[in-house]
Amino acid sequence: MSSIQFDKVQVGDLLPSLTLAPINRTTLALFAGASNDHNPIHIDTDYARQARMPDVFAHGMLSMAYLGRLLTQWVDQRQIRHFGVRFVGITHLGHQITCSGKVVEKFERDGEQRVKLEIHTANQFGETKVLGDAIVAL
Amino acid sequence: MLDKQQIGRKLPAFSVTAEAGQLRFFARTIGETNPIYFDENAARDAGHPALPLPPTFLFSLEFLMPPSSWRDEVGIVPSRILHGEESFTYHRMAYAGDVLRFEMRIADIYDKKAGALEFLVRETRVSNQRGEHVADLRSVLVQRNG
Repeated sequence: MSSIQFDKVQVGDLLPSLTLAPINRTTLALFAGASNDHNPIHIDTDYARQARMPDVFAHGMLSMAYLGRLLTQWVDQRQIRHFGVRFVGITHLGHQITCSGKVVEKFERDGEQRVKLEIHTANQFGETKVLGDAIVAL
Repeated sequence: MLDKQQIGRKLPAFSVTAEAGQLRFFARTIGETNPIYFDENAARDAGHPALPLPPTFLFSLEFLMPPSSWRDEVGIVPSRILHGEESFTYHRMAYAGDVLRFEMRIADIYDKKAGALEFLVRETRVSNQRGEHVADLRSVLVQRNG
């Protein structure tokens, strides 16, 4: 299913990174519709300011969707067992997000050979925005 | 303040179907380039019965919960909420056309910094039309007070 083989993967290996276009208001409006998350804090500047934010900002789940792409460009989605993140910083308009990942552990569980990945997003200034991990069967 | 009496509360279960058109819209919005996520033929060629739901899309289906007053009853103020954490544990794939049942419960409520930050943990079990366990979701919402 995948060209990535357990025996050839080493702890410390990096996943091919994924860099996205800078976040703009159109992306946020479209993602609101596509993801069913209509929270106005991501699409209505007036509402965002009333909520004491400087402007609208990206949905956390947009970043997580980008991290999902990072994973599925590395392995087939059918091999992903777990995928979890913490949203540690706000992704603002104009931020250009890069998704990165690395192998941190190799192990066996439930009769499968698996690897644990550390994954994160950062903007063009190197500020981490989303941190997480994933478990993938190889 | 969030009402800690609500810990353990089960929210009404509901069932929804992911539609292929919405999956294509989602794929385009996140810049997806792998055609299995927007082209049925490519999906079938890769051994999928239909367009797969991408890894985070079950979270989007949670928003299709029928109108409920649970947020008000818990004490959530929407303008003060941030998404703190999200995780998915996968048991099998879900596809366009599947009828997916969502069973959500309020797993925990706690606070930090003397109540300046409150946390609500929501857990969701997702199963399909055959009763098979698809995934478990865990969301942590953060409410900023003061």
